[in-house]
Amino acid sequence: MSNGQSGAEQRLVTPGEALGSSSGLRNGSGVVERNGKFFSTKFGYMKNVNSTISVVPTHSSYMPQSGDFVIGYIVEVRSNLWFLHINGPFQGLLPMSLAPWKVEFGESRKHLDIGDAVFARVQEVDESHNVVLTMKGVGLRKIAEGAVEAFPSHLIEIFLGKQNANLQKMREHTNARIIATDNGQIWFDGDVQAMRNVRDLLMQFKGCLNGSELQSMIDNALN
Amino acid sequence: MGGYGDVQLLREDGKRLDGRALDEMRPVSIEVGVLPAAQGSAMVTHGLNVAVAAVYGPMEAHPRKIQRQDRAVIDVRYNMAPFSTSDRIRPGFNRRSQEISKVTAEALESVVLVELYPRSKIRVEIEILAAEAGTRCAGITAATAALADAGIPMRDLMIGVASGKIENIVVLDLDKAEDNYGQADLPAGILPNTGEIAFLQMDGDLSPDEFNLAMEYNFKAAREIHDIMVNALKQKQQRGEA
Repeated sequence: MSNGQSGAEQRLVTPGEALGSSSGLRNGSGVVERNGKFFSTKFGYMKNVNSTISVVPTHSSYMPQSGDFVIGYIVEVRSNLWFLHINGPFQGLLPMSLAPWKVEFGESRKHLDIGDAVFARVQEVDESHNVVLTMKGVGLRKIAEGAVEAFPSHLIEIFLGKQNANLQKMREHTNARIIATDNGQIWFDGDVQAMRNVRDLLMQFKGCLNGSELQSMIDNALN
Repeated sequence: MGGYGDVQLLREDGKRLDGRALDEMRPVSIEVGVLPAAQGSAMVTHGLNVAVAAVYGPMEAHPRKIQRQDRAVIDVRYNMAPFSTSDRIRPGFNRRSQEISKVTAEALESVVLVELYPRSKIRVEIEILAAEAGTRCAGITAATAALADAGIPMRDLMIGVASGKIENIVVLDLDKAEDNYGQADLPAGILPNTGEIAFLQMDGDLSPDEFNLAMEYNFKAAREIHDIMVNALKQKQQRGEA
């Protein structure tokens, strides 16, 4: 995700605002076409990438997409599956077959119980927004140590930086292990001072209203 | 509405009791992002009305029986604070707040792109902190600004405005005396960019010509409030960039 700050296309638009003629262009996220014209449906920055006009909202809640890396919390346990809160409008479903362990029917609670947190990946989101999660993959596991802080999900991409540059700087600055997920959750672990450093920085960054403010705050804090 | 024909609501110079022209609305100001805990929020001051709206979600709709498989439901709760009027209002839901919650939800469902969020719920809380007249319109305007602030996709920004009739003359934006002693009230939810009407109610009687004039006033006021809302949204963003 980009905050749409770069390039000549930067323009802050509101829902219903006309964005210009649609000829020769495609409409992307946050844009609809009516009578040969594009209109914004979101409050955000207009972007033109490869002849596709889209609007990147200044603020939005997390919408799960296939392939997303997330931190989820178990909220319901059934005999053969778990339901997870993934900070989105819909709960994620983790079937027994996609857990990293061999789970006997009826023994799911032995592996993950209500309140446990896990690293998972979104396997599939169907038309009815059923979200299927998997824990089969590198780095996907139950979280047994460290702490998790919530962070605005639309700012996660800026938090990570290009090729994780910001995240790497933060790891070096705080001497902590840090993992940021697509659903706006940040896990970190280290000694007491490292944990405190990360928490202080996150509290500072959370107050940002947009990507450019966050980037300048990160630059000031970590350089 | 009506029945108080002997109450004088227009001055001898043709202006209204508060000095406004017939097609002049009360001062309006909008501030966006006033509640940090909400997904989106806004405060609208319209004359002496103060409305605060907060948006939460989209979230999974509970109980499941309210879920729609093909779209989101919008759950609106309009409430007037006990201290919002000179007489204390009994706290809690009443028939009036239920009716306004329902019509506001139906109006918003025609503006928000609800088909993007099947099975989910968008919760909109509207709290009237101070009431003069036209609280449902102020509430609709506040709810729209809060939805835009929350990043919820909409076809347009819906603006709540009202016109009415006093002493057989159509006027824009009734104040308390005009609302209590006037002959008609015509609140509307207008989409200024598309020119559509998402919600329309009428209390009292208007002739076709009076109705057309009242709607003309409503559209004029909606365009003005729309500009104020766009500025408020952009100002919030610029505050962050400064």
